Amino acid sequence: MAGAAPNTARATAESVARDCYGRLLAFLAAGFRDVAAAEDALAEAFAKALEEWPVRGVPDNPQAWLLTVARRKRIDGIRHERIGENVMSQLQVLGDAGHESADRFELPDRRLALLFACAHPAIDESIRAPLMMQTVLGLDATRIGSAFLVSPAAMAKRLGRAKDKIREAGIPFHVPARDELDGRLGSVLEAIYAAFAASWPDPLGIETARKDLSDEAIFLARLLFELLPGEPEVAGLLACMLHAHARRRARRDGAGCYVALADQRIDLWDFAMIREAESLLIQASAFRAPGRYQLEAALQSAHVERRLRGVDNWAAVLQLYDALIEVTGSPIVAINRTLALAEVEGVEAALAALPDPGNAPALTGYQPYWAARADLLARSGAAAQAHQAYEMAIGLETDDAVRLFLRERQSRLGRG
Amino acid sequence: MQYLLMLYANEDGWNALSEAEQAEGIAAYGAYAEALQQAGILAGSNRLRPATSATTVRIVEGKPRVQDGPFIESKEEIGGYYLIDVADLDAAIAWAARCPGAGHGVVEVRPVWQMS
Repeated sequence: MAGAAPNTARATAESVARDCYGRLLAFLAAGFRDVAAAEDALAEAFAKALEEWPVRGVPDNPQAWLLTVARRKRIDGIRHERIGENVMSQLQVLGDAGHESADRFELPDRRLALLFACAHPAIDESIRAPLMMQTVLGLDATRIGSAFLVSPAAMAKRLGRAKDKIREAGIPFHVPARDELDGRLGSVLEAIYAAFAASWPDPLGIETARKDLSDEAIFLARLLFELLPGEPEVAGLLACMLHAHARRRARRDGAGCYVALADQRIDLWDFAMIREAESLLIQASAFRAPGRYQLEAALQSAHVERRLRGVDNWAAVLQLYDALIEVTGSPIVAINRTLALAEVEGVEAALAALPDPGNAPALTGYQPYWAARADLLARSGAAAQAHQAYEMAIGLETDDAVRLFLRERQSRLGRG
Repeated sequence: MQYLLMLYANEDGWNALSEAEQAEGIAAYGAYAEALQQAGILAGSNRLRPATSATTVRIVEGKPRVQDGPFIESKEEIGGYYLIDVADLDAAIAWAARCPGAGHGVVEVRPVWQMS
């Protein structure tokens, strides 16, 4: 294949980067036990590819070529640093492993191990999702930072610190054994969900959707499901995210205003995605091991069913919320539950059940609490109090579309 | 990799125990050290005297300034350590969790900076 046009070489490099970045990085990071060093070595290998492939042609196995170059770069780098003998011998083993013939070369998928390293309990919780996004998907700090409302410089610094921690503390790159898998898997799922729901344009506690990392989060959940098909909570998380994502186009009107589920145009829903979510939920329920994400997906499913068939399933929704509270103990779930309670037992009962910010001070700064409170107060006829609660909710919101929506609701107070 | 497991606990808690309870506690540490020994990962270990016995030293304006007491005054004091040699952080955490000190205090796990 010698003499390939520069454009072909560049296109091949870009396509390998797109399709295999995460696999290549995971394999290198697991071998080096060092994410940052793997990133540097891989970046150098890609740079060398762009230099050499246009001249010498694209190699038969671009992935194997990149891996070999990245390992060599790492070994060269180590020779310049002063690092312990054991690291050196470890690298020797790594180097040897790279001599498989190109046609039989198959890259082992170490991405699951990488995900577990990124979501290790020793890594600060708030950086786990960004770390996964960067290592498995190759996103840069600017993109990740904007999704998590953190400046690119601050995000880059925090990512760097997390990678240092992985190396220095000796965080392992392996999939935990069965007896610890459940606990450790929880933090992987949480991080993926955090990426999906980093901001919550969710004034009525039903819609969970992200601005721009939702596709990436779904990719990670799909990957996890592919790698761990026997874990019902993984299927549950994917189902939950697909359900929410299926309604993304209906969630904004022409004016960019947030549209609540009850008022959405059903023809804008993605039914292929909804069917996939439903099928995942059925697969998961066969394991008879319900958990947080399966329950959240079941809630989404119930909300969708209500809209599609016009059935009143609020009693079933309320039961799902009760089960979810039992699993998570979350005051946020308790807030969303009150909106279902209002449908079943009336607005007064719902207001009485709303958590007291006196007991959970974090709620004072939590937008959905004020939005739910405002909604319930408005329905109970307490217009003045509702107005005030909307004011709080608007002040705490970061999404323009939701601000518009809340402002609109607020202005309707006392008019109807 | 080597990890230092630092055992923090409230000394008052220990002093408040009956003699029998203290004997039981010491036996638990003995068993733990034996397990570390058997696993072939124990690189060092000591119990430390109470923080009231501590002295801090620093050079101020060219002269050593010596002060009575520990560097950081807090309810939880470092009362001992184990230096272990294991494969990775997960293994270190597993051993830290088995330490009796994790039951009545906190065990801090710190990787040793290997100098070549």
